[in-house]
Amino acid sequence: MLATTRTAFLQRTRWQRLRSLTMISVSASMVTATLLLTLGLFALLFISAMEWIFWIGEGGSADVASRLRDIALARPGLESSVIGLVPAIVGTVALVMLMTLFVAPLGVATALYLSEYARDTWYTQLIRISITNLAGVPAVIYGVFGLGFFVYGLGGQVDQLFFSDRLPSPTFGTPGLLWAALTLALVNLPVVIVAVTEGLDALPEDLRQASAALGATKNETVFYAVLPAAMPSVFTGLILSTARAAGEVAPLMLVGAVKFAPSLPVMTTAPFIGLEQKFMHLGFQLFDAALFSTVPPGGIGWVATIALTLVILIALLNIVAMSLRSVILRRQAVDSPF
Amino acid sequence: MDQQSKNDIALSIRDLSLSYQGNPSALKSISVDIPRHSVTAIIGASGCGKSSLLRCLNRMNDLIDGVQYSGEVLLEEMNVLSAETNVTALRRRVGMVFQRPNPFPKSVFDNVAYGLKLSGVKSQRHREELVEKALRSAALWDEVQYRLDESALQLSQGQQQRLVIARAIALEPDILLLDEPASSLDPISTLRLEELIYELKQTLTIIIVTHNMQQAARVSDFTAFMNQGHLVEFGPTDTIFTRPSMRETEDYITGRYG
Repeated sequence: MLATTRTAFLQRTRWQRLRSLTMISVSASMVTATLLLTLGLFALLFISAMEWIFWIGEGGSADVASRLRDIALARPGLESSVIGLVPAIVGTVALVMLMTLFVAPLGVATALYLSEYARDTWYTQLIRISITNLAGVPAVIYGVFGLGFFVYGLGGQVDQLFFSDRLPSPTFGTPGLLWAALTLALVNLPVVIVAVTEGLDALPEDLRQASAALGATKNETVFYAVLPAAMPSVFTGLILSTARAAGEVAPLMLVGAVKFAPSLPVMTTAPFIGLEQKFMHLGFQLFDAALFSTVPPGGIGWVATIALTLVILIALLNIVAMSLRSVILRRQAVDSPF
Repeated sequence: MDQQSKNDIALSIRDLSLSYQGNPSALKSISVDIPRHSVTAIIGASGCGKSSLLRCLNRMNDLIDGVQYSGEVLLEEMNVLSAETNVTALRRRVGMVFQRPNPFPKSVFDNVAYGLKLSGVKSQRHREELVEKALRSAALWDEVQYRLDESALQLSQGQQQRLVIARAIALEPDILLLDEPASSLDPISTLRLEELIYELKQTLTIIIVTHNMQQAARVSDFTAFMNQGHLVEFGPTDTIFTRPSMRETEDYITGRYG
């Protein structure tokens, strides 16, 4: 293989050789530059974060252990050192999980309808195009929609119906975890639908015929043969949406993320999750830290720490989703892209 | 064919015509009786309607938009083509194997158990028995008995095609339709498949569409020759290949391998 490439290379004219050498060197330096930039960014984040995390000094913590505890946990009352990575991590994870719970069934159901049931007409084409376009709508616009529709609309109705004794102070009629998760689910719905629809469209027609020939009805074919075969693409969609949900800030500012929440949105006793509660979110903490808060000893250390945590958290969430997908792929023995 | 008693006929096709968009006369008034416990080969040039005929027999043509048919296909007392026919039940009685092996991206066991689950075999124990029986019948058990949990896609093409046959015969059909089952297989796998077809005809009726004339001559007891939607000739394979009564048949058989 290499030998033939080499011969072909030598046989070309000098100009062609020069041109391809230039192309190779330009693209090689581009790749190197990208790599260096990424590494540099990470090094900067890492160094600033570490320097800041292990800072002990006047006006701060007494020793490393108490310093780490301060960083990890929010401390009510002490505004200057209200930091707390752990509540923000918990809030972010709770949000992502809840969003996945909404977006997965809705996205898969829509994709199944479009790809397996709906006839291919100009109308379904229009729906498909609209969904693809929705993926390009800025997330903050979904935030505005969430605030108007979920928080004031739905939330207001829920309050009047079920929590009227507490009015005028709102229960669900105010930004909270449930509305934030639903809003992000809407943000990510097009992404999931597009990924799953493409996965379904790529499945061979053989698969559906094989199932039908064994006496399966349309629904049985879709749920026992087609959907299991399309699971890798379902996970691709969910991986994409997980990363987006964890990193999104703008819409969350409108529908539930706060700088400081007095309690965690998850608890050890029933109902385990505070759907109506406000919650802390790493992305929002980052925004707040970068512009409005100084935490001793100042500088970009605190910002770098949150940023590093967020990046690591997203990486971890992706690793979980990818390993789930590779388990499925291995069972199906389809070549894994990793 | 009149001398054959009713019990010897597995499937009776009467005046079957088929049309779909782009081809108003894909099948033209076909009538034939398929003998029980035998192998019937359907031969003919590409586009002559062989596969369309095969796909009428288990109503797979229903999956294509705009297909219309008339006539009768009698499987015992049931008219296969009638609108009241339970297609699901029909397809369990008339199994089908396609050109390319198309196992599900599931384990070997789950592939064979797929139809069983759908037909309501609830107990896992019973399913295991039936899967083993089907794999033995398809001459695949020895090769896969320790690989039941592996993905079916890791089997060789020949093994996959026998797995697909096992999947179909697990439902204990009366008739098995094979649509050019060896067209993607190497010669050795093809040979094994042909041996398997010979074994299977002891218990069921097989209809095979093939492009390979030698294969038709080797495996089949009866041969039907089709041309442009017509059934030109049907008879015992020996007769068709040695003393065809129609000129068209002779031209086709000799034209290819003369």
